[in-house]
Amino acid sequence: MKKQLTVAVLAMGAFTAPLAAQTKITGAGSTFSNILYTDWMQTYNKAHADVQFNYQSIGSGAGIRQFSDKTVDFGASDAPMTDSAMGAISGNVLHIPTELGGVPPTYNIPGVTAQLKFSGPVLADIFLGTITKWNDARIVADNPGVKLPDQDIVVVHRSDGSGTSFILTDFLSKVSPDWASKVGKGTAVNWPVGLGAKGSEGVSATVKQTPGAIGYVELGYALANNLPVGAVKNKAGKFVAAWVQSVTAAAAAALKTMSPTTDFRVSITNPDGADAYPISSFTWMLVHKDYEDAAKAKAIVQYTWWAVTTGQERCGELGYAPLPKALQPWLEARLKTITAGGTAVWSGPAGR
Amino acid sequence: MVGETTPGKLSRAMSTTFPQTITSAPSEPMAPASTLSAAPRPTRRHYGDRVYRWLLTALALTLPLLLVAIVAELIVSSWPSIHKFGFSFIWTSVWDPVGEVYGAAPMIFGTLVSSLLALVIAVPLSLGVAIFLTEFAPKWLRQPVAFLVELLAAIPSVVYGLWGIYVLIPLLRDYAAPPIRALLGWTPLFNGIFYGNSMLAGGIILAIMIVPYIAAISREVLLAVPATQREAALGLGATRWEAVWGAVLPYGRAGIIGAVMLGLGRALGETMAVTMVIGNRHDIALSLFQPGYTMAAAIANEFSEATSTMYLSALFEVGLVLFVITIGVNAFARLLVWRVARGTAVGSKAL
Repeated sequence: MKKQLTVAVLAMGAFTAPLAAQTKITGAGSTFSNILYTDWMQTYNKAHADVQFNYQSIGSGAGIRQFSDKTVDFGASDAPMTDSAMGAISGNVLHIPTELGGVPPTYNIPGVTAQLKFSGPVLADIFLGTITKWNDARIVADNPGVKLPDQDIVVVHRSDGSGTSFILTDFLSKVSPDWASKVGKGTAVNWPVGLGAKGSEGVSATVKQTPGAIGYVELGYALANNLPVGAVKNKAGKFVAAWVQSVTAAAAAALKTMSPTTDFRVSITNPDGADAYPISSFTWMLVHKDYEDAAKAKAIVQYTWWAVTTGQERCGELGYAPLPKALQPWLEARLKTITAGGTAVWSGPAGR
Repeated sequence: MVGETTPGKLSRAMSTTFPQTITSAPSEPMAPASTLSAAPRPTRRHYGDRVYRWLLTALALTLPLLLVAIVAELIVSSWPSIHKFGFSFIWTSVWDPVGEVYGAAPMIFGTLVSSLLALVIAVPLSLGVAIFLTEFAPKWLRQPVAFLVELLAAIPSVVYGLWGIYVLIPLLRDYAAPPIRALLGWTPLFNGIFYGNSMLAGGIILAIMIVPYIAAISREVLLAVPATQREAALGLGATRWEAVWGAVLPYGRAGIIGAVMLGLGRALGETMAVTMVIGNRHDIALSLFQPGYTMAAAIANEFSEATSTMYLSALFEVGLVLFVITIGVNAFARLLVWRVARGTAVGSKAL
C-alpha cells in the first residue's frame, strides 16, 4: 500500500511539475540481481525523484543482447560478456561488480541430517557421474562420522541458462581437469548426467522430491528457503559453508591477486583465504564506456556509485553478499572513466 | 445427402451472380442527394459492399501473411545454424553450448515420443468419456461430467507442472514404478532406474492435458450423429455396444480423427508442464523411465540466456523444426479427415 502511494505521489509529481527534468534509465538482465536492484532503485528514487528507473529481469543473456543493441541503458549479468560479444560492440562496455553471488550444493539424502562436506574434485566427479553412490569411499572420507546410505546419487542441474550454473561450472573447471576438458564452464553446458530443472525453484523442488538428489542453488534462495546446504573445501583446505560473510571473504581474498586496473570480469572462484567460500562470483552491471546522452550518463554513474557504496548495506538483509570495502576506490576510478560524447561525467558522489 | 448439396449450390449461385452486379457499380456516377429516392440506392449499397469486401480480403490475407512472416523470420534467424550444421542438426545428439555444437535429435525424439505416449493414454480415455456421456450416462449426469472434463482445459499448464512434481511423480515413483519394473523391467521400454522426472511422467501429464480437448470434440461429434443411425442399428437387433461400435463411431470417424489430431497438435507444442516433469535431458533413451527433452521445453528453457549467436540460431532452428513438424501433423490430419470423410459419404450413400 505504501509503495503504491509513493508511486501515485510520484506520478502526480510528474504531472504537476513537468519543469523538473526527468531522466529515465532503463536496464535489463539478470533475474538473480532483480530483488536487490529493484530495492536499490526504489530507495534511490526516494532521494532522487528526478531519476526514474525501469529494470526488467529477463535473464542475463537477454540483458546482454538488449544492452548491446542499446535498447536499454545498462545491462546486468551473472556471467561476464565473452571477448567476442564485447568485440561486437567495439568494447564499449564496462563490467561494474555490484554484489556477490555464492552457489552452495543442496541435497536430499533420507536419514542424513548432518551438514555434508564436499571437496572440489569429489563435487566435480559427482556432477560428472563418476561417483554414483552416496556411500562412495571418497564422499565418506570427506565426512567422517556421518553414516551415508547405499543410495544412488541423482544430479539435478539447471535446465535454463543461468549465472548460477556459470559460477558452479567455473569452480568445477578450476578444481577438476576432467571437468574442464569434458564439460567446461558456461551459463549452459552439456551436463554429463542428471535431471534438468527450470530455475532455482525448479531445482530445489526436484531435489526435495527426489531421494538421493544433489543440486545447486544461489545463496539467497538457499537462505530464504532454509535448504540443507553442504560445505565446500576451499583452497586453504578448510570446509566452509556458503554464507554472506564467507562469500564476501572470497572476494576480499581474490582482491589480493588483482590490481586497480584489473578487468572486473575476473573469476574469483576457488580463491586463497581461509574463510573464503570457494564457489563465489561477482555479478555485474554492464554500462557503456561512452554514452550519447550526457544527462543519462551522469545519472547512471551517480546511481552506480551509490549502489556500490551506500547501497551495499541492503545486501545482507536481502540474501546477497556485499562487495568488500577495499574494492570501492577501484570502482570510483573505473566510474570516473565513463564519458558522454567524449566528456567525463563524474561529478562526485550523489549522497544518500 | 440432400442437406449437404443445397448450401453448395447456393454458394455457387451467389458467387456467379454477385460479381456481375459489383463490376457494374463503378461505371455509374454517384447520384446527387436530391435524386436519391428515385433509383440509385443500389449503387450506394454496392459501393459499401466493395469496401466491405476489400476490408474482409485484407483481414483474411493478414493471417497467411503473418504465417509467411513467421516462417521467414525463423529461417533467417536460424540460417547460421542451418549453414553450419546442415542436416546433421536433425540426427545428431550433442547439445554443447560451450563447444558450440548443436544437434536436436533428442528433442525431436522426445517431442514425438511424449506426444505419442500422451495419445496412447488419452485417446481411449477421451473416447470412453465421450461415448459414456452421449450413449450411456443418465441424463442428469451428462452435463455436470461434461462440464468438469472441459474444466480440465482451463487449468494453467504451470499448475499441471506443479501437480506433476508434487503429486504425480511421487505417486509414480512409490506406487507405479516398482510393480511395472518387476513385471516389465526386462523390456527396453521400462528398464533403468526411475528417478521420477521422466518421459513417462511427461507423457501422462500431456495425456491429462489433452483429454478435455479430445473428449469435448468427440462428444460434440457423437451428439451430431443422427438418432436414425442408432435406431437403425438397434432395429436390426444390435446390442447398444454394437450400435455404438458399428454404427455411431464409424459415422463420426472424421470428426473423431480431427479431435485426436487437435490433441496431438496441442501435445507437440505444450511447454511448461512438460519441462517441469520430463527431466530436461539431452539424451535419447528408449526407456520411458529415463528423462528426456522436448523442443518447446528447450526453447523456453534456454532462449533467455542464450548469449552467443550460434546458440540463439540453433534454438531458432529448433523452433523451425517444431513448426515444420506441427504443420506436417496438421496436413496429415487434414488428409486423413478428408479421406475418411469421403469414405463415410460413400458408405452412407450405400446405406
